[in-house]
Amino acid sequence: MTWPNVGIALSFRQTVISLTLGWLALMVVAPHALVLMTSVMTPNSEHLAVWPLTFDGYLKVMQPIYFDVFFQSLWLSGVATLFCLLIGYPFAYVLAKQPPWLRTVLLVLMMLPFWTNSLIRTYAMKLILGKKGIINTALVGSGIIEKPITMLYTEFAVIVGLVYILLPFMVLPLMASFEKLSNELVEASRDLGANGVQRFFTILLPLTAPGIVAGCLIVFLPAMGMFYVADLLGGAKNLLLGNVIKNQFLVVRDWPFGSAFSITLIVMMAGLLWVYALANRFVQRQGGLDDENL
Amino acid sequence: MTRIFKALLLLLVFVYLYAPIAVLVVNSFNQSKYGYKWSGFSWKWYQKLWQNDALITAFNHSITIAFLAATAAAMIGTLMALAIYRYRFRLKKAASSALFVVMMSPDIVLAISFLVLFVALGMQLGFWTLLLAHITFCLPFVVVTVYAQLKGFDDHLLEAAQDLGVNEWGMFRTILLPLLLPSILASWLLSFTLSLDDVIISSFVTGPDYEVLPIRVFSMVKVGVSPEVNVLATLLLLISILSLIVFSLLVRRKSL
Repeated sequence: MTWPNVGIALSFRQTVISLTLGWLALMVVAPHALVLMTSVMTPNSEHLAVWPLTFDGYLKVMQPIYFDVFFQSLWLSGVATLFCLLIGYPFAYVLAKQPPWLRTVLLVLMMLPFWTNSLIRTYAMKLILGKKGIINTALVGSGIIEKPITMLYTEFAVIVGLVYILLPFMVLPLMASFEKLSNELVEASRDLGANGVQRFFTILLPLTAPGIVAGCLIVFLPAMGMFYVADLLGGAKNLLLGNVIKNQFLVVRDWPFGSAFSITLIVMMAGLLWVYALANRFVQRQGGLDDENL
Repeated sequence: MTRIFKALLLLLVFVYLYAPIAVLVVNSFNQSKYGYKWSGFSWKWYQKLWQNDALITAFNHSITIAFLAATAAAMIGTLMALAIYRYRFRLKKAASSALFVVMMSPDIVLAISFLVLFVALGMQLGFWTLLLAHITFCLPFVVVTVYAQLKGFDDHLLEAAQDLGVNEWGMFRTILLPLLLPSILASWLLSFTLSLDDVIISSFVTGPDYEVLPIRVFSMVKVGVSPEVNVLATLLLLISILSLIVFSLLVRRKSL
């Protein structure tokens, strides 16, 4: 096959750049601008949102009932993030220390359940946690407890579900941090007489700080949006912000209010990203890693 | 940390990750409909699945979207990574920030932004809106993966090609594309995985005309999930294991 050589150099470059900018403008910038616009419009049953500019959506976000949902979401997501970190940190550490082939196998094993969609897995979690579920049946059957414990439709179940879905997203950035960490630093500190605790607090923890913040960022905010986890495991209560937003968009159809909620989440994300940038700068100043991939 | 502790930790985490899957697989062979108790082995749900058209259709839709979205995202994302790595252009910084925002945004925020866009454009929610949304949320993962490999390249190779009079397109086709194949394949697999796993974005951007598996199952949760879903989950697990074996064999052959 022969390809015409003349004049294509410029056009290939142009095509690639236009594709990049065009796609992102249409699918990322425009939608976010539209959400921002909708959040200051007036709800309308016929046209979803109409013009007179108003901040009612944002004022509604501040209402006590929704404020409660907000804090409950923050609390549930916060606890879920903490558990993801507590499990994910040592797990990522152990993974990173494995020989490359085994590490790949284990990572793939971690991602494999994704193919069985997360909603279906959450539904299976319901069968495990229920009153007649596997855990209760096993505990009652073996005589450890007399009556089944209520786990399903509690905050506990929601947290178990959130951690279950989000753990891999915590592990991946932590892994990247551990992989960049040079062994020599740890060994040098050992030679200088640092014990395990000292090595952890002076070397491991500061140098993996970007991974920790990135992991928390990828887990914490999405956790607030996981309406199906709250629906399936938490019962019909509006436990998470995601339940409220989904309700406003798909049932009540108050789009400006739903958009205002979404913008609030984005502002929180911006705040956390700023913390992430600070953590990165801190580590760079310590003369350690650079983080270009994220 | 001692060896036993490490092994125990790995074991416990994997038990946690696989417990729900194990429940689904076991229940797919369970005589009982409700799945709380084992009441004997049966193939009947496997037979029933073939008669459940709605479920089969939803399953096909999910696989179709995942395949098309992963393929499109791998192609577009590779070109985007190339643009950001190789070319200078206005708004380049903005482009990489936009990708970063997509990667970091909670699904619910992306879902709403897509829904508002599609409604503003007057698009009917269904196949196309679902596909566009899935391609977009997969893109940053492709760009990050391919870009990481591009950065490891020896630039002299490209300079040599340039000196020999190869144009940009030729360089992409004959040098970059073959060399980037491992990261393109890896990012395809990641995109396929993320697309199959998605619940939140799909529930906002698709309509009744094009139901995907999680939406179908979600609507069943209130009235009771039919055991055929367990069979589908088991089949998906089987397919995922088989494809990974095929995939790793392919990649190994390529890298030799």
